[in-house]
Amino acid sequence: MKDKKSARVVVVTSGKGGVGKTTSTAALGAALAHLGEKVVVIDFDVGLRNLDLVMGAERRVVFDLINVIHGVAKLPQALIRDKRLENLHLLPASQTRDKDALTEEGIAKVIAELRSKFDWIICDSPAGIERGATLAMRYADAAIIVTNPEVSSVRDSDRIIGLLDSKTDKAERGECVDKHLLVTRYHPWRAARGEMLAIDDVLEILSVPLLGIIPESEEVLRASNVGSPVTLNSPASPPARAYFEAARRLKGETIPIHVPSESRGIFNKLFGRKAA
Amino acid sequence: MNLFNWFSRGSAPIARERLQILLAHERNERNQPDLLGVLREEILTVISRHVAFDPDKVQIKMDRGKSISTLAVDIEIPNSFGAPAEASQQRRPRTKRLRSDSARTMNQRVA
Repeated sequence: MKDKKSARVVVVTSGKGGVGKTTSTAALGAALAHLGEKVVVIDFDVGLRNLDLVMGAERRVVFDLINVIHGVAKLPQALIRDKRLENLHLLPASQTRDKDALTEEGIAKVIAELRSKFDWIICDSPAGIERGATLAMRYADAAIIVTNPEVSSVRDSDRIIGLLDSKTDKAERGECVDKHLLVTRYHPWRAARGEMLAIDDVLEILSVPLLGIIPESEEVLRASNVGSPVTLNSPASPPARAYFEAARRLKGETIPIHVPSESRGIFNKLFGRKAA
Repeated sequence: MNLFNWFSRGSAPIARERLQILLAHERNERNQPDLLGVLREEILTVISRHVAFDPDKVQIKMDRGKSISTLAVDIEIPNSFGAPAEASQQRRPRTKRLRSDSARTMNQRVA
């Protein structure tokens, strides 16, 4: 199905901040690498990088994306190989430069070089709809729109979908970026009680096929705390399993999606709601 | 509190309805990114064929309502304009305003 010499470029985007783009980039990147794919994750959040921290590589950053674009470093020098998975690589963002240091031509060159070496290039977009975000999606073949079941996130996702359909290289060539919706921070019991938008509501409003539903879990926070993608840190946990399934769907496998349901005991139902 | 909520309808249906209305509106605007700019240019081209006016004294405004939208075009034409000959029958002694009065009236009725 996939040519080993031409990577699929996937942007992880959302518009709104704090919905889980970086966490999802790390988790999906690690999941794909664990499934045997050769993966590079790129942090596009210039000035506010965090993918290095979430992946536990913050002390190993020497060169970054901007250095490569400016010719200060060669691409292989800037790539950080993950300590746990040898086919997972990170290209960090610059922490000191501003986002104007990113150029369209520079990104095009870096992506072109990476395409011949990897199966997957996963671009972690910054929040917002400014230059950094549009450059992150610029050369994408596919997009993962990370959405929380909450009004402001859904609205911003809709805006991002509009940009994906107009401002990307593919859109300008008259083609279409494959769009996938990843719902994160889903609280089954809140949705069941009508306190939170249900999956069907979000799908109906955004009309984008669903890639997965990541339940809210303390495991996600724990993984960030220790600097390890949740899919590696606690692979059997519900969020990690959901990310693994999403990764396999991204690869083209057909796996039915089940909406996480309230699987809590009667004790938790009565007393434990706050302890997500 | 828990038991009370259990029986009450949550706020999600309200969120869903608000989003559906808002996004329908925003998508519509997104698909016509510069409708007003295009309208302005084409309307002024037509008008300027017949009367001369100062492009700075033109106001074009669009109000989007729930069931109807109104477009108001306000062009100030000086008395001493040098208009093309065929437009002479449209001349009036005082400043003339071309305005979609009927649309405005409808809008008021709806509001």
